[in-house]
Amino acid sequence: MQRNTLVRILSVLLFITSFSAVAQDEHVKEAKEILPATKTKKEEIKEFINHHLMDSHDFNLFGSTDEETGETHHYGFPLPVILWDEGLHTFMSSEFDHGKSVVESNGNYYKLYHSKIYRTDADGTINYDESHHPTNVRPLDFSITKSVLMMLVVGLLLVWLFRSLAKSYAKNGSIPRGIGRFFEPVVLYIRDDIAIANIGENKYKKYMPFLLTVFFFIWFLNMFGLTPLGVNVTGNIAVTTALAIIVFFITTFTGTKDYWLHIVDPLGKSLPWYGKVALYPILVLIEILGMFIKPFALLIRLYANMTAGHVVMMSLIGLIFIFKSWIGGPLSFGLAFAIMLIELLVALLQAYIFTMLAALYFGFASVSHEHHEEHEGEIQHL
Amino acid sequence: MEKLVNDFSFGLFFWQIIIFVLLLLLLRKFAWKPILNAVNAREEGIKDALASAEKAKLEMANLQADNEKMLQSARAERETMMKEAREIKAKMIADAKDEAQEAANKIITNAQAAIESEKKAAISELKEQVASLSIEIAEKVVKAELSDNEKQLKLVRNMLDNATLN
Repeated sequence: MQRNTLVRILSVLLFITSFSAVAQDEHVKEAKEILPATKTKKEEIKEFINHHLMDSHDFNLFGSTDEETGETHHYGFPLPVILWDEGLHTFMSSEFDHGKSVVESNGNYYKLYHSKIYRTDADGTINYDESHHPTNVRPLDFSITKSVLMMLVVGLLLVWLFRSLAKSYAKNGSIPRGIGRFFEPVVLYIRDDIAIANIGENKYKKYMPFLLTVFFFIWFLNMFGLTPLGVNVTGNIAVTTALAIIVFFITTFTGTKDYWLHIVDPLGKSLPWYGKVALYPILVLIEILGMFIKPFALLIRLYANMTAGHVVMMSLIGLIFIFKSWIGGPLSFGLAFAIMLIELLVALLQAYIFTMLAALYFGFASVSHEHHEEHEGEIQHL
Repeated sequence: MEKLVNDFSFGLFFWQIIIFVLLLLLLRKFAWKPILNAVNAREEGIKDALASAEKAKLEMANLQADNEKMLQSARAERETMMKEAREIKAKMIADAKDEAQEAANKIITNAQAAIESEKKAAISELKEQVASLSIEIAEKVVKAELSDNEKQLKLVRNMLDNATLN
């Protein structure tokens, strides 16, 4: 019975793939005939993906293009723009009209170009260099962008969620209720298998608030990134850099004597002094570089994984519009759906990996002489 | 890389740091500390409860062992008491038997003595009677003996013979 079903499913799949191969061939032929139109479609999608990956000054829910006038309508709401440019400038992002108009604020003129704000003259002229990059001055931009708004929303959500969990403990005599039943095991997992496992029974407590906050912050932002709101916060290099820098500071400022000793004297008593003279110029340099490379790896890993996931998702969804056929469309949809399921896992996994590695680095930093030997091997691997 | 640097938004970085640190402080005060404390307290509670249950079990076992011991000693005591009682009984019986034996013996000896004395008395009486009888007989015999002279003479002679021999 089961085998029969399997065979049936396989044959249907084969059927579909063969058809779609034919369809693609046809499509290629078609594409060659009407090359300019398809190209613009592809470029449009590529631009859309790039645009989506970037931060934005207004919260766009969806947009539509008027067929007759060619005008694009945006549906969403504007966000406040805060600039520091020899003085504070604040206005709403709706004044940019999606890059179409120049905004005057306290005698300076600003224009939105490719999601970035540039200082221009009254006409909104943007000068370019040879590689088509704008050369205009960019003011310091402290705007409440889409990502900042999303971080605020997630922050409030986290405070509300875990505050209610904490309160439910007080009310129900240490027994979680409702959503807490789902989150309590996660909290306990982070405590037992991430914090205690990597930092140790004695010192894990002071790192717990950070580990829990960073885990849920990244996880929730990742999950929000998968919603159609499309806010790619954790796939933004500035966000991951900020998180990594916090990890770096915590590691550096909670470092014990043994941690610093390990950096300046990595081999300790296992090498006589004349060996050290030969090796240490390189070894100590590597150790000191390692201090910075570790958080750098954290920031690149999170950024790259989330961005890659979003690019793949958006591309597959874009394929639906390129294929525009009854076979290619559902196939792309199926693929996009499968990738989405993987992305759900990746959202959790990346949060876990970030927290795990942060805990590992904290573990190195808080190492004291008793378990110095145990960690020695691990450091070599990283 | 150039794109990355170009994409880096200082504003977003700034807000991220501010929001994250604030979030960290808020959550630490209002969520993580109470949650972890509650969980810890609960775990401690469970551990304590388990330990006390284990202790109670141990106490129960001890109590049971004590009971058993008490029962055992009570049983042993009963056993010894019974044994003593049995011994006393046996002793009493033996004593009574001895006493009875003694009394019986006394009675018997008394009776024997009485019998003996009675017998002696009877014998002495018999002896007396026999003596008186024999004297009577002897009188009669002597009378008969001494009824003629010859016999008297013969007797005297015999007696004299005996007397000289002595």
